[in-house]
This record gives sequence, structure tokens and C-alpha cells, in this order.
Amino acid sequence: MTAIYAADTVHLSPAQAAWQRFRRHRLAMAGGIIIALLMFGSFVGPFLLPFDDKFINIMQRFSPPLTGAHVLGTDELGRDVLARLMMGGRVSLTIGIVAMVIAMAVGIVIGTFAGFYGGILGAALMRFVDAVLCFPAIFLLLALAALIEPGLIATTILISVTAWMSVARIVEAQVRALRERDFTAAAIAFGSSNMRIMFKELVPNAMAAIVVAATLNVAKAILLESYVSYLGYGIQPPAASWGNMLNNAQIYMTSAPWLAIAPGIAITLAVTSFNFLGDGLRDALDPRLDIH
Amino acid sequence: MARYLVNRLGQAVLLLFIVSMLGFAILHLAPGGPLSQFALSSQMTQEDLDRITSQLGLDRPLPVQYADWLWRMLRGDWGVSYRDGEPVLKIIGAHVGATVELMATATVIAVILGCWIGVLGAIRRYSIFDQLATVGAMVALSIPTFWFGLIAIYLFSVTLGWLPSGNRQTVGAEGSLLDMLHHLIAPALVLALVETAMWGRFMRSSMLDVINQDYIRTARAKGLPEWRILSQHALRNALLPMITVAGLQFPTLLGGALVTETVFTWPGMGRLFLDSIGYRDYPVVMGILMFSATMVLLGSLIADMLYAVVDPRIRVG
Repeated sequence: MTAIYAADTVHLSPAQAAWQRFRRHRLAMAGGIIIALLMFGSFVGPFLLPFDDKFINIMQRFSPPLTGAHVLGTDELGRDVLARLMMGGRVSLTIGIVAMVIAMAVGIVIGTFAGFYGGILGAALMRFVDAVLCFPAIFLLLALAALIEPGLIATTILISVTAWMSVARIVEAQVRALRERDFTAAAIAFGSSNMRIMFKELVPNAMAAIVVAATLNVAKAILLESYVSYLGYGIQPPAASWGNMLNNAQIYMTSAPWLAIAPGIAITLAVTSFNFLGDGLRDALDPRLDIH
Repeated sequence: MARYLVNRLGQAVLLLFIVSMLGFAILHLAPGGPLSQFALSSQMTQEDLDRITSQLGLDRPLPVQYADWLWRMLRGDWGVSYRDGEPVLKIIGAHVGATVELMATATVIAVILGCWIGVLGAIRRYSIFDQLATVGAMVALSIPTFWFGLIAIYLFSVTLGWLPSGNRQTVGAEGSLLDMLHHLIAPALVLALVETAMWGRFMRSSMLDVINQDYIRTARAKGLPEWRILSQHALRNALLPMITVAGLQFPTLLGGALVTETVFTWPGMGRLFLDSIGYRDYPVVMGILMFSATMVLLGSLIADMLYAVVDPRIRVG
């Protein structure tokens, strides 16, 4: 490991070296830039646009893209598609990021405890995680989503409820391995409390894996939101999300295909970007995984 | 081997038990039970609702309901649908064929395409093809399946008129194999997209592992022709770990099938699940959850056993 490490970090701090490796990953860079643009468009864009996403104008319904004032056209109620796409982006990106933060917090705490203490409790926790992970997330998500009052907060929480488990599994494996390392033994010999060892020694050392998991989790959460909203159990109209815009679009596929194309491209772009970003971070943060 | 098998089966039964408790708790603790469906009708009086509740046994304590359900299920009585009174097993049986047909076709497409792409990518590592395939796989994994389905319907059904936009067969032409295949093409390809990307990625890394092994170098040193090294020495060994991938892929495949079936109005288990959730048809929802969890666990068990059989280096037990 030292040999690989020394080769490209002769004069660089680990952070600088990671940045260098990240910059070489062009697709990850592109992903980062696209995410920044999507965020800007979603959060600042609506202020720059002369249309309101909920303003209904029946006279203007189904006007195709690039014909007149509405750049991406209008939907079945004459609402501006671009405005809805931007407001939908706020919802979808927020859900993706907030769900990731909740899932990470829960997953890190549970994974760390299970990995550090092990024993019956740890084993029981991880078997529970195995049980839930053994069937498709979408089944669980729908079973839950259909039964509670749908909405922004409910959707976010449900997605994190289904997402924390894979995080816990990753963190548990990392912590279990790191616990056997010398620096942990040193910390124990030093008389550090278990809490301190777990959250000041073990978790920071697992940070590379955690950051990568977090990035990939945002991608997964955005995708899950779109599935649940598309199937009608997520964000409810008149509020827009990228997923529920597609729910409506299916009916008008023949006459107004642009309603389906724009939100789908937005989702794909966002999810791909987060996935590439995660890939790049993996290469950058963990030199041992660097295969180039 | 026998001990390992017993062990794994024991674990699987335990997992199924947890799944059943979890599913039961989620369904029954959530507000708005199956009665909310009946309560929508204005002619329902409170007495009617109470009578239905006690008829369905929903007024008993939850643990009692669970124990009763579990005991019946173990004896093969999975309950009857709240919606039409049909036995749950019969309903699942009527839908499982369509799902299996879709999943099997998609898997065959994905395995063939994915392995081909993966092997080629590994042999010509960092070539244009490899880079395109890597990027393409990532994009394929990021596209929402339902949206890809919508676009496929728009292109091939609406615009070109080549393929039907949904259903398993044409009404009035039931039983025609050609007609069924015609309906199968689009949903199978849509479902295969994600699978192909996964198989391609795993196959590429498996192949890369193998072609750097000593025995490949030995084969080269012996002067064997390259195609023989690749097809007889490398490919055969690179395919072995893919058995495990097949097991791991199963949950994703099942989840993808649910979404694909919805888009293409495919009369399979995924759509049944979604409809049943909409109607709060608990016995059917529970039945599908248990059935699919069993399939997933069996799938991973079979994959592990098979791997141990074909690769003598793996010792189980």
C-alpha cells in the first residue's frame, strides 16, 4: 500500500492527492458540474422564470416545446413544463439528499454499534438487515407508502427507512475490520472510552467508504422517489416532482410526448451524475481501490 | 455439504419468519385498514363495518391474528382475497406464469448480451468499445425503468407501430405463440436493460481477474492460439463467479419486473401486488411478499450450492 501511495503523493497531502485523482476522473467531474447546474436550475431557476409552476391556463394547454413563450411547452392544464421541471427538481433533489442524510445517520450509528460490539445484538441487527435486504426495496417501499398519508415528508422518511440498511451493512463491515487494527488497540490502551473510539477513531477511518456510499445513496433515493411518485404513492399533485410528472405524462404519450421526455431526462441526468460522482470519489478517496 | 445445506435452510426459514412478522406488522399497524375501502360507500353503516371486521377476524389482537395467519399458511391455506374471495395461492398461481416468462426472457437476453459486452470489454480494456460500454452501463443503471418503458412504447408502438403497447396477448387471439412473443419483446428488452448492465460489469471484472492468472500465461507460453485461450481457458473460469451474480441479481430483477409490468399492463405478480396494495387486500399482499421472499432466498441458496458444485476449490460446510 505504501508503495502505491508514495508514487503519486510525493509532495502532496492526502487531500491534495485525492483531489488530483478525482480530477483525472473526467466523468465524475462532469457529474459534479451537472449536479451543480441542476441544483442551480431547481433552486434559483424558478425566480428567473416568468411562469408559475401551478398557474393553470386552459387556453394554452398542450403547446409544444419551442413554440412561443414556453420553452419546454405546457402540460394538460396549460402549466409551464420548464417551471414544473424546476420545482419538481427542488422536490426530487431535496428528497434525494435529505433521505441520504437520514439513512446515513441511522446506518452509521447502527452499523458502528453492530460492528464494534458484535455479539448477539450485532448479529441480530445484521440478520434483520439481511432479512429486509433480501427482498426488492420497491416492494417494501410500496407496501409502506400505500398505507400512510403520502407527501413530501412521508416519502423522504420512507426512502430513508429502506435505504439505511445497505449503509449499515457497509459501515458494519468496515468497523469490524478496523476494530482489529493497531490504532484501535492503541486507543484502548490509551484508555479512550468506547464512544470516543467508535466515533473519533473508527468512523473517520471508514470515511472513504461512507462518502462513496452517501453519494450512491442520493442516486438511489432520487430513483426510488421517481418510482414511488410515478406509481402514485409519492409526491401528490398539484406539487410537482420528476416522478409524478411522468405519472401524468403516460396518458398523453401519443399527443404530447414532450411531457414524458423532459422529466425522464432530468431524472436520468441527475442519477447518472451522482453515480459517476460516487465512482470518482471511490477512486479518489481510496487509493487501494485505484486500478488504473 | 449436508450440514451446510441444513444450516443455510435454517437461516432461510429464520429470515422468512422475520420477513413475515415485519410484513404483517407493517400492513396491520398502518392506519386505514381494509375497511377504509368499504367505508367509502355511503350505504355502509357502522354495524355493517363491525360485522365485516369480525367476519374477517380483524377485531382480534394482532399477535393472535398473526399466529392464526402463520399457522394456516404453514398448512397451505394462505387465506382468501378480500377483493373477490378467491384463495390467495390460486390468485398468485394465475399470475406467476406471466412474471416468470418475463423475468426468464429478460435474464436470457441479459446474460448473453452482458457476457458478450463484458468479455469484449475485458479483452480490449480501455478501448473505445470498453469505455463506451462502461459509460453505457452506468447510464443504463441510472435510467428509471418505467421511463425507459414509456419511451419504448412511444417509439415502437405509437410512432413506428411495430410492437403492441402492452398486455400479454391480443384479445381474441389467445394461445398464439407468435402473438405472445410479439407482446413479450418490448417488456423483456426494457427489463433486460438494467440486468445487461449489471452482467456486463461483473463479467468484465471477472474476465479481467482471470486473464491475469498464471495459467493463462502458461497457455500463452505453450503457444496456444489466442481464441482458444480465451474461449477454453479464460471464459470458462470467468463464468463461474457469475453463478453468484445470478443469485444476487434476483431481487433487482423482481423489483424491475414489478415496474415493467405496470408500464406494459403485463398481467403478472408485480401488477397484482400493486393492485392489491391499492385495494388493501392484505392476504394477497402478504402472500406475494412471502412468495417472492421465498423465491429470493431459494435463488441465492441454489446459486451458492451450484457454485460449490462447479468450483471444487470452494468448500462449503
